[in-house]
Amino acid sequence: MALHVEHEIHERRKGRNYGLGLILAGFIAIIFGLTVVKVLQLGETAQFERFDHVARPQIIPEEGAGE
Amino acid sequence: MSDISASDQGYEASMGDYFALLKPRVMSLVVFTALVGLLVSPVPVHPFIGFVAILCIAVGAGASGALNMWWDADIDARMKRTAGRPIPSGRVAPGEALGIGLGLSGFAIVLLALATNFLAAFLLAFTIFFYAVVYSMWLKRATPQNIVIGGAAGAFPPMIGWAVATGSVSIESVLMFALIFMWTPPHFWALALFVKSDYGNAGVPMLTETHGRDVTRKHVIIYTLLLVPVAIGLGFTSIGGPFYLAVAVVMNAWFLKGAIDISRRTDADCEADKHRVEIKVFKVSLYYLFAHFVALLVEAVLRLYGIGGW
Repeated sequence: MALHVEHEIHERRKGRNYGLGLILAGFIAIIFGLTVVKVLQLGETAQFERFDHVARPQIIPEEGAGE
Repeated sequence: MSDISASDQGYEASMGDYFALLKPRVMSLVVFTALVGLLVSPVPVHPFIGFVAILCIAVGAGASGALNMWWDADIDARMKRTAGRPIPSGRVAPGEALGIGLGLSGFAIVLLALATNFLAAFLLAFTIFFYAVVYSMWLKRATPQNIVIGGAAGAFPPMIGWAVATGSVSIESVLMFALIFMWTPPHFWALALFVKSDYGNAGVPMLTETHGRDVTRKHVIIYTLLLVPVAIGLGFTSIGGPFYLAVAVVMNAWFLKGAIDISRRTDADCEADKHRVEIKVFKVSLYYLFAHFVALLVEAVLRLYGIGGW
């Protein structure tokens, strides 16, 4: 009595798993793409870049700028 | 005995069975009309956001299809045309269809709200509600006018597409809605006149069976007459133009002639020529809707070159 590991149901399950994998990958791609597009639509990136523990001279107000 | 008795545990659905729940053919019409609604609007949309918006609308439409199949599984099982659908054929459990329908609806609405705006998401939510609850649960089994009011669900996509771009509802999007809304009854009843349906066995009141075929023929001509001013009127809005108007005049004349031909026929005529006229008018109705929306798209392209519109 040979034990057949592969059954038609395994094929179907494999198809479902691949399908779900593709859907999840697509979902990640959509959220990532949307994030990129929405952030770039904000225009000048300096307006949402803030202090990140690295010296960034461009966000230091110029001397006398507010006078 | 040579393998584990997996088949005894009941059928496990394949990916294709789940996809069939989403009514892919209906989805293609939804995608097309929503895309036109989005592209003809005066506000440019980033291509990726446009793509995501159309995807959300398509998934929302598919989700409402799954909810419809969940609710109508008893009807589907009694009709030859629908007996092979995933639920009546036993390939997908009703609970799975309900879960997929609700889950995808939520995903599509939330994602559309985040990607575009709340009006578009609200319209999508309302469309799903209208199709799944107002049409499927309420009207379909209650009145022979079910497809008239239920047709609104199929008419919303261009309005959603327009709202994605503009964030508003305007005369243009209302008329695009009205075009599909008024087109659905004559289109569907032309089909009902030549397809031998078993809606009666399933307990669904269809005009051909509740009021007879003569009344249905009258309905075809009445709704076609109501459709014509909507289709022509759209030509005078900001998304219309001479090209659209020319297409609309030709297509409406063609469709109206077909509806008049149908209204003059009797059952004996239909039997004699095997529903030749009804089949022809049904085909014309398909070209009719497609031609109007393609014409709107052409006007939008012409406007890019400064030669479209009024």
